[in-house]
Amino acid sequence: MNLKVSTRQVDGVSIVDCSGRITLGEGSVVLRDTVKDLLGKGQKKILLNLADVNYIDSSGIGELVSAYTTAKNQGGELKLLKLTKKVHDLLQITKLYTVFEVKDDEAAAVKSFR
Amino acid sequence: MAGDRFSYNLDSTLETVDQAEQTASRIASENGFDEDEVMQIAMAVREAAVNAVLHGNAYDPGKKVKLEFERTSNDLVITIRDQGKGMDMARIPDPLAPENLLKTSGRGIFLIRSFMDDVEIHPSSTGTEIKLIKHVHGMAEGGKEASQ
Repeated sequence: MNLKVSTRQVDGVSIVDCSGRITLGEGSVVLRDTVKDLLGKGQKKILLNLADVNYIDSSGIGELVSAYTTAKNQGGELKLLKLTKKVHDLLQITKLYTVFEVKDDEAAAVKSFR
Repeated sequence: MAGDRFSYNLDSTLETVDQAEQTASRIASENGFDEDEVMQIAMAVREAAVNAVLHGNAYDPGKKVKLEFERTSNDLVITIRDQGKGMDMARIPDPLAPENLLKTSGRGIFLIRSFMDDVEIHPSSTGTEIKLIKHVHGMAEGGKEASQ
């Protein structure tokens, strides 16, 4: 299933609910465009909800890294919410779990933004 | 399936990547690998197919990707071959090095090696062949679980 995203605002934080696969091609482009669009509108607190993402390939991992660095370079913050076990394991073996701020509880995640 | 061999000649397109992944998933399941192993094998094949289509054949419609599955007595062996100029192994960075952690690419071969038991990469001027090997464990021929 290709990636589907929907964005909602909670206390100044843009929560991007993602479902499907973040892979080379359409999935990566959808994520890239969504983050770029939010940053372009000045919405710099971004929480990617990956609860319904059960598959990411190396291109998808690259896209998460790109989203993270793009947000950071523009003075924003991008955090991850509710990783599935598969995605969690992938971030562990690629050592990216230490790079991303990963949250399990949405309310706590929203409060954690400055 | 021991001794069986299936091969496919695929176009250099993104559809090939999905097709290779789906075929690997099906064949791994048929050979009795568990859910996690099936995902790992399918992802390794996907990453190898991405390399073949993008970096090897560079989407050239005149070049093909050969995908082959072979079940030996102990292993599932998957071979992916492109018709590119040959991968330069010296240029593959360590994605775990601190200076590379935030790079947006360069993790494919690392993931392949993480998920498979053995990986052989044979670059040449006429293409790169990558052999992915996953040991079959606790299984009898035909994909049925061995009795205790």
